[in-house]
Amino acid sequence: MKKIIFLIVMCLQGLMPVMASEQDVIMIRSRLPFPEAMTTLQNSIIDHQYTLSRVQRVDIGLEKAGYTTDRYRIVFFGKHKEMKAITDESPQMGAYLPLKVAIFAEEDDTMLVVLNPLHFQHITDHPEYNIIFKRWASDIKSILEDVRKAE
Amino acid sequence: MMKPAVILSLLLGLATAVQAAPNGADLYSQQCAACHGENGKGGVGVPLALESFIDSASDQYLFNTIRSGRPGRLMPAFKTLSDAQVSAIVAHVRSWSKKPAPVYSNARIKGDIEGGKAIYQDKCATCHGHDAQGGSGTGVTFSRPRDLPIIAPALANQGFLASVSDAMIKNTLLNGRQGTPMSSFIKQGLSEKQLDDVVAYIRSLEKKTSQSEVEQALPAYLKYESSESMEDTLAAIKQAAIGANFRIIREQMFEQGYVEKGKEDRKKVILYFCNFNMLSKALAIDPRVGLFLPCRVTLIEKDGKIQMITVNPSAMSKKFNNEELSKICEQMSRLYKEILEEASL
Repeated sequence: MKKIIFLIVMCLQGLMPVMASEQDVIMIRSRLPFPEAMTTLQNSIIDHQYTLSRVQRVDIGLEKAGYTTDRYRIVFFGKHKEMKAITDESPQMGAYLPLKVAIFAEEDDTMLVVLNPLHFQHITDHPEYNIIFKRWASDIKSILEDVRKAE
Repeated sequence: MMKPAVILSLLLGLATAVQAAPNGADLYSQQCAACHGENGKGGVGVPLALESFIDSASDQYLFNTIRSGRPGRLMPAFKTLSDAQVSAIVAHVRSWSKKPAPVYSNARIKGDIEGGKAIYQDKCATCHGHDAQGGSGTGVTFSRPRDLPIIAPALANQGFLASVSDAMIKNTLLNGRQGTPMSSFIKQGLSEKQLDDVVAYIRSLEKKTSQSEVEQALPAYLKYESSESMEDTLAAIKQAAIGANFRIIREQMFEQGYVEKGKEDRKKVILYFCNFNMLSKALAIDPRVGLFLPCRVTLIEKDGKIQMITVNPSAMSKKFNNEELSKICEQMSRLYKEILEEASL
């Protein structure tokens, strides 16, 4: 019976949509205008049980310095316990954490860009964290899908 | 009641059927729309739905382009998609055309390469570049006015040359691309023989990739150590950054926003600084650069030393497939090293 259940599970996995290829940099386009896309992004990050720590207003900084720019923000987020454990063991990960999404206006649409956390597997020498990076990657894709599909 | 084996075979059959017919619209939306627009209107990428483009691009060209990408020009090579998935995307893109897909011969067109080069420099180089390196920028709002539908393609790009047939290049020269600055060169008075020469010149730019061109892996981060205290190290980085024309924009605990205020680990600090001129230029070249901007150094105290850590922009830029961005990132890496070396003395 166990063999049959295993085969059925394998079969159902075959029914799952084929995963997108693993790009190092993930970019999506949302048809939402910038303010709505930003709200959807932040809500989805929280819904995925991450703490939203800060929004860097890149466009405001540029405009204050005299440059013309469209709306451009960087949203920082993470899970404290995981970030602490990883940077305690692998301080070099401090260069890449907290996680972040760059979000910017492109005419009436909004673009979101993120570095795929699977990339972190090559930065730390602690393979036990790979499972966390994989979960982060999966969560981030889900968050971006929320924004991409929102209308 | 159905036997498990029957249920299993039904499920297996269904799974095979689903995988045998990938949904081109969904795949396009997931893989392509971010750059080319949901309806193919363009943006970072070429406006695929532009009538004069899609009507003259063969399915083979589209297929090869998805497979080969454009090395150094943002368009990645989608090597992990199956042939069926790539074909489904091509079919979806083709659905924007009212005409049947053109089919071109794969035969090489013979011509006078030197003669073609002279014509190219006279007629084509203004838009496509003297070395056929293409126009600059990514095509989004940051880098060009929206009334321009396309940035001149890089004809010397090895991904382009691996994708296109000589006959398709000639067709573009013959007819131009309505809705873009590319006009018909027959209408400009060139003969078909001269067009063949230009095609032969463009084809001559195709190279065989040598082993020496394979990229060397760069470290993903830069790390320096200081024996001074956290406060003194922070002060040293600030002084070095200001000396390198950066403005200090923020200093915060690494854990700020994640734990109760006042309970952050004071052995982990982030310092942000920015050169707005450089930031503006970098965003114009590639808006994805925000992933490692503004500039920052993370300081972590470990074993009595302060580790100063930052991303290595040169390594990061390799992931963006944008040669223009790589140049500015190399400059940023040099600046980071200078600042951190100075702070670690």
